[in-house]
Amino acid sequence: MSSCLQTDLAGIRMRTPIMVASGTFGFGEEFFGFTDFTDLGAIVVKGMTREPRRGNSGRRMAETPSGMLNCIGLQNPGVEVFLQEILPRIKQLDTPIIVNINGNVQEDYAYLAEVLNESGVDALEVNISCPNTRHGCMAFGVIPETAAAVTAEVKKRTRLPVIVKLSPNVTDIAEIAKAVEAAGADAVSLINTLVGMAIDIQTWQPVLGNVVGGLSGPAVKPVALRMVWQTAQAVKIPVVGMGGISTADDAVEFMLAGASAIAVGTANFINPRTVNEIAAGLRAYLAQRELSQVGELVGKIRTGV
Amino acid sequence: MKNSTKYIEQALILENRSLATGVYQLVVKSPQISAACSPGQFVMVKVADSSDPLLRRPLSIAGADPDQASLTLIYRVVGKGTERMEQLQPGSFVNVMGPLGRGFDLSPQRLLLVGGGMGLAPLLFAAERCCPQPVEVLAGGRTEKEMFWNELFQNRCEQLHITTDDGSLGFCGTCADLLPQMLAGARFDGVLTCGPRPMMKRVAAIAAQAGLRTQVSLEEHMACGLGVCLTCTCSATDGGTRQVCKDGPVFWAEEVDWS
Repeated sequence: MSSCLQTDLAGIRMRTPIMVASGTFGFGEEFFGFTDFTDLGAIVVKGMTREPRRGNSGRRMAETPSGMLNCIGLQNPGVEVFLQEILPRIKQLDTPIIVNINGNVQEDYAYLAEVLNESGVDALEVNISCPNTRHGCMAFGVIPETAAAVTAEVKKRTRLPVIVKLSPNVTDIAEIAKAVEAAGADAVSLINTLVGMAIDIQTWQPVLGNVVGGLSGPAVKPVALRMVWQTAQAVKIPVVGMGGISTADDAVEFMLAGASAIAVGTANFINPRTVNEIAAGLRAYLAQRELSQVGELVGKIRTGV
Repeated sequence: MKNSTKYIEQALILENRSLATGVYQLVVKSPQISAACSPGQFVMVKVADSSDPLLRRPLSIAGADPDQASLTLIYRVVGKGTERMEQLQPGSFVNVMGPLGRGFDLSPQRLLLVGGGMGLAPLLFAAERCCPQPVEVLAGGRTEKEMFWNELFQNRCEQLHITTDDGSLGFCGTCADLLPQMLAGARFDGVLTCGPRPMMKRVAAIAAQAGLRTQVSLEEHMACGLGVCLTCTCSATDGGTRQVCKDGPVFWAEEVDWS
């Protein structure tokens, strides 16, 4: 297979720039038999917390035009079960594993960074942007000072590359990106979901049990693309672009806007082979444009022409 | 309870006909899924190659004939996805992923199948596969108009008992109202049920009093059907959680936290 898609992201050596967004690919195992993992740059596992979490009660999903709202609330088995039971299985896959870490308080992030440091995972994604938890998480990601403090704390506890996942629910995402870069982040990933809601006009009640939830899918793509473009201009560290990506054309747009790698999210739910279709499409696109390496697209948007 | 290999098929539509107002039977050519599926499992159907509706729709399997490579789905038009499905013409295609989840354990010798409304769809497939084992079916609906199931269950079960809420056909009342007298003869050794949640809860409780275990088929909103989106989580009596799509949709009634 040609190496035109090989990507180095903050020291993570990936076969392709195509990642999966946390929470949309489980721990990878559910996609065995569907997805050809050789096209996958890295697996970003479901958001992990210190203790197991049941997630939110009530209805957790609502479909909206070209998108979906979710309010899962970080349901996960906890880091101990991940390390003892899940990681040994998925390490066999020969695909870099990135663990998305979450906390109610700064100490939770520090704890997770420390226990994962020597575990054999390849990088950490620091989630300071989950909109569905009552405490912590997104609260850290909407203020530059707290975003920087969590980043610095995690960096102190790990030698692994640290990717900070940013919230779009802010006035100026580039300002947050600059703050976490200054605090030592090795990369940023964006966007997490946009806070939205839906109301049942028969019952006059919110559709979601949590009233509000995170919007994802093709509906958010133009917003995500704009934020990736703004962020890529503001920082020197690599940017992982995500938000409604479901085709190779979408991936090319994000890379032209400045993303060094991209992640597929909601599209995994509809087509478990999306990663493979994007990889094939990117190879064809590079061949057609007579480019030898996918990295040649990064940030090449032509503005002011 | 069985968990099998999953497939994605671009399935040719053989039939899409109305069974009653707003209820349709979709038959598609699906060589792999029709051969691999078992009763109680479901499929995720992408009704249009567009982003609106975005997600696949979960539909229980109402029948499968591996010799004809055909898969039968019965659905009610309830929203944007099923409205599109209603328009599909024979000769066109839908994308079907499955078979998904764990189905029914059909090993008990004398099963009673208790279904309410659209919950009868997976029980139709169960009745078909139980053959030549004799099964009895207790089917409930609101009115006679909803009981098109009558014909569908002919030749698939030994005896069909019908209830309607308004008494327009069969016993006046719900399935659960008729259940105690049906279980009095002690002629069954297991119950399968699918329908509205309160009905299944009552059916399981009545069956338990008669010393019978019940398998219940749950329904939840879901995005992926594969166990990754975690939107279809339900609570279990052991204090943990289960994914309806992957750990179910069929559960032992005593596993389910009905509160």
